Amino acid sequence: MSTLTTKQLGDTLASVTLPPVTRLDLIKYAGASGDYNPIHTIDKEAEKAGLPGIIAHGMWTMGNLAKLFTPYYEEGYIETYNIRFRGMVFLDDVITLQAEVKEQSEDKITFDVRARKETGEDVLRGEAVFAVYE
Amino acid sequence: MFEHAIGEFSNKVKNVVERGAVRKFADAIGDSHPIFIDEEAGKASRYGENIAPPTFPRVFDYGEIPALNLPEKGLIHGEQTYHYERPLLVGEEIACYTQVKDYKEKTGKSGSMGILKLEGCGEDTDGNLIFRAEQVVIITEAVRKGMEA
Repeated sequence: MSTLTTKQLGDTLASVTLPPVTRLDLIKYAGASGDYNPIHTIDKEAEKAGLPGIIAHGMWTMGNLAKLFTPYYEEGYIETYNIRFRGMVFLDDVITLQAEVKEQSEDKITFDVRARKETGEDVLRGEAVFAVYE
Repeated sequence: MFEHAIGEFSNKVKNVVERGAVRKFADAIGDSHPIFIDEEAGKASRYGENIAPPTFPRVFDYGEIPALNLPEKGLIHGEQTYHYERPLLVGEEIACYTQVKDYKEKTGKSGSMGILKLEGCGEDTDGNLIFRAEQVVIITEAVRKGMEA
């Protein structure tokens, strides 16, 4: 099993490319999170808000991004997870999730994290601090 | 328009990290890992129980701040930060509340906008802080005008 604690500065976690975003993804997230803002699920409401179509919840993408760290919960946990929402995700967009080590100390590893569209646009960017158990 | 609410707290609300809710949430973010959803894997883990994904606190009820009357539509989520003392355990009870940390109005190229900072907190039954969730919400001029009208 690969471990996080052996990662070096500049090392990356295995990136994950999500299947194209579907309406059902967003309906499921609305139900699971309780965020029923209709710009995420109903075309007419998105248009009324001046959007070309429904957009993904920023928190859906942020939630997805955290899964890069899920295999490592025996080694530590995400202590800080900070994200700036920079761009919109539309239906059929293909998002790739990435993390790269940017800082290390004895008990913490800090990662640059991002969700990138196939156009190269970063729709989310931020940082995750992974606290390592002794 | 929300300057008066800075420093205001909501009431505390009891929440439970429900097994079914965690399962549904993990599925919705495409992360149905055994550490979140498989009881045996939870028992065998260092936590002795399943845990919840780090963005799960989105699900919790944080109570109401009477001075903060936000519109239901048109808010833009600008930034989100979670700080954890430890992961949330499935089945545990968490008391949640929220506070208005800051509110400012700025004028930019797309008109003026309000920038609202909220901080949600979650405590265990002994009153220990388990997580903080900071949220930056942008309220556009159009939305604010709609509220004042």
